[in-house]
Amino acid sequence: MTDPAPLGRADVAHVAALARLSLTDDELERFTGQLARVIEHARDVAALDVGDVLPTSHALPIRNVLRPDEPGPCLERDVVLAQAPETEDGRFKVPRIVGDAP
Amino acid sequence: MSDAAPLSAVQMAAAVRAGERTAADLVDESLARIGRRDGEVHAFLHVAADEARAAAAEVDVMAAAGRDPGPLAGVPVALKDNLCTRGLPTTCASKILQGWRPPYDATVVERLRAAGAVVVGKTNLDEFAMGSSTENSGFGPTRHPRDPSRVPGGSSGGSAAAVAAGYVPVGLGSDTGGSVRQPAALCGTVGVKPTYGVVSRYGLVAFASSLDQIGPITTCVADAAVVLEVIGGHDPRDSTSLAGPPPRITEALGRGVDGLRVGVCRELVDGTAPDVAARVAEAAEALASSGASVEEVSVPEMRYGLSAYYLIAPAEASSNLARYDGARYGLRVDAEDVAGMNTATRTAGFGAEVKRRIMLGTYALSAGYYDAYYGKAQRVRTLLIDAFARAYARVDVLVGATAPTTAFPLGDRVDDPMAMYMSDVCTIPSNLAGHPAISVPFGEGDDGMPVGVQVLAPALHEERMFQVAAVVERAAHQRSGSPQGGRS
Repeated sequence: MTDPAPLGRADVAHVAALARLSLTDDELERFTGQLARVIEHARDVAALDVGDVLPTSHALPIRNVLRPDEPGPCLERDVVLAQAPETEDGRFKVPRIVGDAP
Repeated sequence: MSDAAPLSAVQMAAAVRAGERTAADLVDESLARIGRRDGEVHAFLHVAADEARAAAAEVDVMAAAGRDPGPLAGVPVALKDNLCTRGLPTTCASKILQGWRPPYDATVVERLRAAGAVVVGKTNLDEFAMGSSTENSGFGPTRHPRDPSRVPGGSSGGSAAAVAAGYVPVGLGSDTGGSVRQPAALCGTVGVKPTYGVVSRYGLVAFASSLDQIGPITTCVADAAVVLEVIGGHDPRDSTSLAGPPPRITEALGRGVDGLRVGVCRELVDGTAPDVAARVAEAAEALASSGASVEEVSVPEMRYGLSAYYLIAPAEASSNLARYDGARYGLRVDAEDVAGMNTATRTAGFGAEVKRRIMLGTYALSAGYYDAYYGKAQRVRTLLIDAFARAYARVDVLVGATAPTTAFPLGDRVDDPMAMYMSDVCTIPSNLAGHPAISVPFGEGDDGMPVGVQVLAPALHEERMFQVAAVVERAAHQRSGSPQGGRS
């Protein structure tokens, strides 16, 4: 397997957009240098030949757990909505989601 | 400080249950200590004085009525501010959660209260528990109680400093890559990361869900054991909570180590500062002279732990922190449309380290890099777990350093994330494996700052780990010639 390319400014700009973060030029420069060092360090792992090793996503053998399907008390709607930045008619209110029709 | 050394949690609870002290007095004394010193130390983000006094009064009413207020009766506790507390602010030291008041208590908070403990406040941390010095807090750093020019470690630096400063005998932290044990070591307190699944994560604000575990920070091993028994045990509200009864640990404390096999883990000593390595060697000698057989053990796969962790933890964090979108709680920065609002909110609300980790995780999970980074890291996790299993076929516990150095100066590593990440190199392996580990104070470094010795055990062997920790603690006290150890 070939080594992945080193991390550059374009990669950082791309992942920032995916993660809904907006960076100034200075931040882009600084974060690129810092993250490139971490990725450089991670090359020891990326270079390992571990194709025959199974991945671990969780350290202990835990299976999915379902509770009995019995109704129980839950948080009051108004208590939850009280923490929201904006509400209307018992719902969370957010700015426009869909753009104008073409 | 001129005060007499504060009582341990066990001593406080015994005095309250016996009617010799009131919870109200203990809480008032704790609040007074905080008031005198926390302007400088800044361990707390929020002190809940009124609520604490009210809770203490309830404990005293119970005790006066002849009902048992519980094993932590009247004990003031400090909670890391990523543990949800009903009606009290829970910020994760992030501006994105400033002003949020959770509508429920974390399971550990419920259990502490039910055991008679009194929450006195919420402690500072690196934002969303991402950091090793508590300098990444959105609300200013915490300072080391013994030397304010130094960091207390992190990310649970506020809880560790609150215990080290003598404000409270018990703090809770969360440990994803060492965030309980490392600040405990740097501050000269005991810190425990339990086996993954022993303590419910319900109400712990998620950082990296396959690694996060809540643990106690205390002045002594016996207090940590009692707190873990109180907060541990199955919780149906956490799907990763292990079935079965809570751990029974306190009985193991006096058993000694005669006949136990102790491995001094080379990877947890090599690369640490010479004064730290010297303390580990002394602790190992003390275990040997207490009857344990001590040998050197190598777990070479630990060398890949740091890299694997700094791919896996950010990957999980990038997913967990997607929920901070300005829609339902916390900060909102308005914009024309919802995507713009999400971006403006997250850009304004998250600090630099959180942004770094989110981007790193997004990168490690992104198309073209997933197999090379995240996929490899998960396979390395398997290698590490297998390597631990081989080591534990030879020895019962492993010992090593908790942190490579003593507490470092404020500002020393903030601009060099990789140097900061190295602070976690000795603690990360236990998180990746899901195993328990404890840091016990053991003397000082050449700079006079505390050193922690770490004891690691296989999954669900907390009892054995505490058994060894108690002997390490006794040796540390003998070494310093003090029955309680030093306190700042």
